[in-house]
Amino acid sequence: MSLLEVHALTAGYGDFQALYCIDFRVEEGEAVAIIGANGAGKTTFLRTLAGQLPATGGHLRFDGQDTGGWSGHRIAAAGVAMAPEGRRLFPSLSVEENLLMGAYTRRPGPWTLDRVYALFPVLREFRERNGTELSGGQQQMVAVGRALMANPRLLLCDEISLGLAPVVVRDIYRTLPQIRTEGISLLLVEQDVGQALKVSDRVVCFQEGRIALEGAPAELTREQISRAYFGD
Amino acid sequence: MAEWINTVLQGVLLGGLYALFAAGLSLSFGVMRMINIAHGDMIVFAGYAAVAVVALLHLSPALAIVVVVPALALLGYAAQRFVFNRTLGDDVLRPLLLTFGLSIVIQNGLLQVFSADVRGLDIGALATANLDLGHNIAFGVLPLLVMLTAVATIAALQWVFRHTRAGRSFRATSDDPATASLMGVDRHHVYALAMAIASAVVALAGVFLVMRTTISPSDGPARLLYSFEAVIIGGLGSLWGTLAGGVLLGVAQAIGAKLNPGWGVLFGHLAFLLVLTLRPQGLFPKTRDR
Repeated sequence: MSLLEVHALTAGYGDFQALYCIDFRVEEGEAVAIIGANGAGKTTFLRTLAGQLPATGGHLRFDGQDTGGWSGHRIAAAGVAMAPEGRRLFPSLSVEENLLMGAYTRRPGPWTLDRVYALFPVLREFRERNGTELSGGQQQMVAVGRALMANPRLLLCDEISLGLAPVVVRDIYRTLPQIRTEGISLLLVEQDVGQALKVSDRVVCFQEGRIALEGAPAELTREQISRAYFGD
Repeated sequence: MAEWINTVLQGVLLGGLYALFAAGLSLSFGVMRMINIAHGDMIVFAGYAAVAVVALLHLSPALAIVVVVPALALLGYAAQRFVFNRTLGDDVLRPLLLTFGLSIVIQNGLLQVFSADVRGLDIGALATANLDLGHNIAFGVLPLLVMLTAVATIAALQWVFRHTRAGRSFRATSDDPATASLMGVDRHHVYALAMAIASAVVALAGVFLVMRTTISPSDGPARLLYSFEAVIIGGLGSLWGTLAGGVLLGVAQAIGAKLNPGWGVLFGHLAFLLVLTLRPQGLFPKTRDR
């Protein structure tokens, strides 16, 4: 049994259908990257998995439970955490309070404030600061740290490289293998194909709301990816 | 001179009651971004609840607090969870209309049950007890107790907001309910919890109100107005600001009433308008726009 199983999932906004019949799975401990052009449905897919957007059809199973139709807070309590697109730190809360919000569900596990500060030492310095005073990269560290504080079994990362300097992106991506040693499964949505191929066990390419290509990074050629990315 | 000092002193202490009025309103606006038009009527309702508890259970007025506060907290939780939450969303008009309707329901319900006669609570010697500071300066013990309760309540609320898991979830949900739900926050529960706390404060305010003065079923809207004024003067989202706003309003009313018995309420409104003109964001604004 896979940790996450998605079968024939459809979703959209109002009359607009963004996802068509998605079949997808993530195994325990696996790192999967979803790539694709803007508007391919990647973020919609993550939002549906996290319960932020209701699926209009199909099945969602997480850890053996039928989570389709569950509200976001229930899915979070079941062990799905997300570092959302645009970071979305709570502006009224300090860095440390943002991290503590991540632990709201009180799921037991290895991730504590100290562990997150060890992973991103710069955050300890800024713990009393307001999240909005930090640089984009530091804010992204808070968003990832906050998601880790939930001790999730599946971590969803939506465009963590978006708008960040390449050197900062490298710093954040360097921590992912460390995060994986705790047995967390990763699902990354990424525009930066190079980063995605480097850290993942499997790559899935979305195109216009459908899965266009799937495989291990080593097995996929540049031409295949380019065709799946942009279409014929 | 002593007369004026007494007047200001009375105004300051009256501000404690206004701060209690306003703290609940501030809380429900701060967390739910919901404007509760029935807030004043809830205060009056709590006052009548205390009258009823004293009459029916033969309790002392002080013990009535112990009954009314938790009862209203429970009622507040249920009202938010099962009624108010259904109206929350992008449309700010729906909670306004709902609570406006509730205001009418409460007023007429009270009229039906208690008639239009004014009611009060007999608190015995406490009603007239004074602390004499000499030089003809004195103030009432009950207003002082109300002020101390207001300060303690606001300090407690502030502590809950700053230092507890529930408080963090209040602030996070106020900032961004969707992201808070990613952390496992059930916003319907958080809103109901905030309303329970707000209702407990409303209950305190209502019981003190009916201890200080008599109330009638149609008194709610005026209490709502004072609450709004205290919140706006103090600045949205700041509880200590709300206390300052209440005190400013109380002092202005006391000074107005001193000049002419009919000017009390007028001077309160004028002080409010003055602050709104000179400092529209209030004295200590905190809430962020969303």
